[in-house]
Amino acid sequence: MKYSSQMVAKPYFIFALILLAGEIVFGLAMGVQYLYGDFLFPAIPFNVLRMVHTNLLIVLLLFGFMGATYYLIPEESERELWSPMLAIITFWVFAAAGVATILGYLLVPYATLAELTYNHLLPTMGREFLEQPTITKIGIVLVVLSYILNVTMTVIKGRKTTISVILLTGLFGLAFFFLFAFYVPENLVMDKFFWWFVVHLWVEATWELILGALLAFVLIKTTGVDREHIDKWLYLIIAMTLISGLAGTGHHFFFIGTPEYWLWIGSIASAAEPVPFFLMILFAYNMAKNRRIQHDNKIALTWAKGTAVVGFLGAGVWGFLHTLAPINYYTHGTQLTAAHGHLAFFGAYVMICFTLISYAMPILRGRPHGNGPKAQSVERTSFWMMVIGMIGLTLALTAAGIMQIEMQRLRDVADALDFMSAQAAISTVYGVRLAFGVMVLLGLLTYFYSFFVKEEQVAA
Amino acid sequence: MSERITKNMARNIYFGGGLFAILVFTGLTIDTVKQIPKLSHDDKITESVARGKVVWEENNCVGCHTIMGEGAYYAPELGNAFPRLGANDEAAFKTYLAGWMAAQPLDTPDRRKMPQFHLSPEQVNNLADFLIWTSRVNNQEWPPNIKG
Repeated sequence: MKYSSQMVAKPYFIFALILLAGEIVFGLAMGVQYLYGDFLFPAIPFNVLRMVHTNLLIVLLLFGFMGATYYLIPEESERELWSPMLAIITFWVFAAAGVATILGYLLVPYATLAELTYNHLLPTMGREFLEQPTITKIGIVLVVLSYILNVTMTVIKGRKTTISVILLTGLFGLAFFFLFAFYVPENLVMDKFFWWFVVHLWVEATWELILGALLAFVLIKTTGVDREHIDKWLYLIIAMTLISGLAGTGHHFFFIGTPEYWLWIGSIASAAEPVPFFLMILFAYNMAKNRRIQHDNKIALTWAKGTAVVGFLGAGVWGFLHTLAPINYYTHGTQLTAAHGHLAFFGAYVMICFTLISYAMPILRGRPHGNGPKAQSVERTSFWMMVIGMIGLTLALTAAGIMQIEMQRLRDVADALDFMSAQAAISTVYGVRLAFGVMVLLGLLTYFYSFFVKEEQVAA
Repeated sequence: MSERITKNMARNIYFGGGLFAILVFTGLTIDTVKQIPKLSHDDKITESVARGKVVWEENNCVGCHTIMGEGAYYAPELGNAFPRLGANDEAAFKTYLAGWMAAQPLDTPDRRKMPQFHLSPEQVNNLADFLIWTSRVNNQEWPPNIKG
C-alpha cells in the first residue's frame, strides 16, 4: 500500500461482504417461499423479503464502489485522500442508516413505516428498489455527496488520470440520476417513466462508467500494460455504453403508456447494449495476454476476467434475449426478467466488487504480493461455486420464464393458464433454482474461509 | 482493430458519441413528457385515483405484484385487474376487490400468501379507482391476453 489513507477502504469492503451474505440469505428465504407459501408468513411476507434482498444489493454495491474508490483514488492521484476522517464518518453514517432502514422493513408493516417516517410530507416510498423511507433517501444523498466531495478534492489536488476522471464522471452521474427518486407524480405513467432514470441510467449507464474504470485499474496493476493502451480501451467501452445505453432506456418504454416510437428506438439502441460488455471481454483478455508483469495475485486477474465474461452473459446475452419489442411483448414482467436481473447484477457489479476486494484486501492486510497459494486456491474454488451457482440459478429462472410464457401467454385464451396455475406448474424448476442458490451461499462461505487460510511458513 | 485506433480517437468517440446520445435522449424525453398526459388520460386522474396510488405505494403492492409488467413476479399482474377480475364493470370490480382484500390471508396451506393490510373501505375504493384508471392507459395493447 502506497498511501496510508487507502486503509479506509477496508471497513467498506468488509461491510459490503457482510451485506452480500445477508442479501443471499434473504434470497434463499424467498426461494423457499416460492415453494412453501407459509414459510415465515405472516412474520415476513414476500414483499418484505424482496425489499430487503434488493435493497441490500444496492447498498452493498455502493459500499463496494466506495471502498474501491477510496483504495484506488490515492494511488491514481499520487497523494493521500483529501479527508480520511470524512470517509470514516461517512462509513458509519451510511452503515447505521442502512441497518436502521432494514430493521424498519423487518419490524413494522410497511404502511406503518411510511407513517412513522412522515412519507406524506414528501412521498417517495413504495416503488420497486426505491422503497427506502424519504429520510433514508435524503441520507443517501448526503452520504454520496460527502463521498464525491472527498474523491473530487483528492483528484483536483493530485494527478489526474483517465481512470480517475471517468470514475468521477460515473459518480456524478450516479448522484444526479438518484435525484429522480424524489419525483413521484400522481400520474403512474409519468412516475414509471422517470423511475427508470434512476434504475436504468444507474445500471446501464453511469455504473458502467464506474465498472469500466475499476476494471481498468485492476488490469493496469495486475498486467503492467501501459496506460495509453488501457485508456484507449476504456474510452471505447464507455463511448459504446453511452451511445447504446442512453437511448437504450427505451427498452423499458414499450408497454408502460409511453409513445409508440419507443418500440423502435428502444429495440434498436438496446440491441447494441451487449457491445460495451463484449469489448470488456476483449479488453480483459487482451491485457492479460499482453501482460508485462507476472503478478502473484493471480486470483484477482481471474475475477477481472470473470467480471467481463459473466457481465457480458448476464447483461449482454440475457439482456438481448428479450430486448426487442416483439419478443418483449411476451416476456415482459415474467421470470425471464428475473433471470436477466440476477446474472447481470452478479456478473457486472458484484463481481467487480470481488475483483477489487480480491486485489486490494491482501495489500491492506500487509500482503503486497497477494494471498498465499493455499488461500488463492480456496478463493478459486469459491469463485467457481458462486459463478456456477449463479449461472445455474439463471438457467432455472430462464426455463421458468419460458414455461410461464408458453402456458400463460402463448396459448389460446381458452387453454391458457392463469398466473397462479402457471406458477404451480413451474414449481419443480423453482426447486432447482433454490438448490443453485444454496450453492452460491456455500461459495460465499468458502470465500470467507479463504480469508482465514494459514499458509505454511517458507524460510525467507 | 484496436491498433488503428489511437487514444485520442477513442476519446473523441466518447465525447462526441456521448454528447450525441445525451441530446437525442433529452429530445425524446421532452417529447414523451408532452405525450404522456394524452396517452394515459391524465384528465381522468381524480382525487380518488391519486389517493389509490398512495395506497398502492404505502403498502408496497409492487413488492409482490406487477403493474404494466413492472414489479415483482410473485403475484399476478394488476394493470389489467379491472377487465380480468371485474369484467370492466366498475361496481362489480369494487365489490370483488373489497371482498378479496377482507379475505386475506387465504387459508390454503402453502399457497403464496397475501397479507391482511387492514385497509379502510375508502382506501379499497381508492385502490379500485386507481387500478381502473391504470387499466385504461394506452400501452400498446399489453398484456398479450387477459391472463396478464
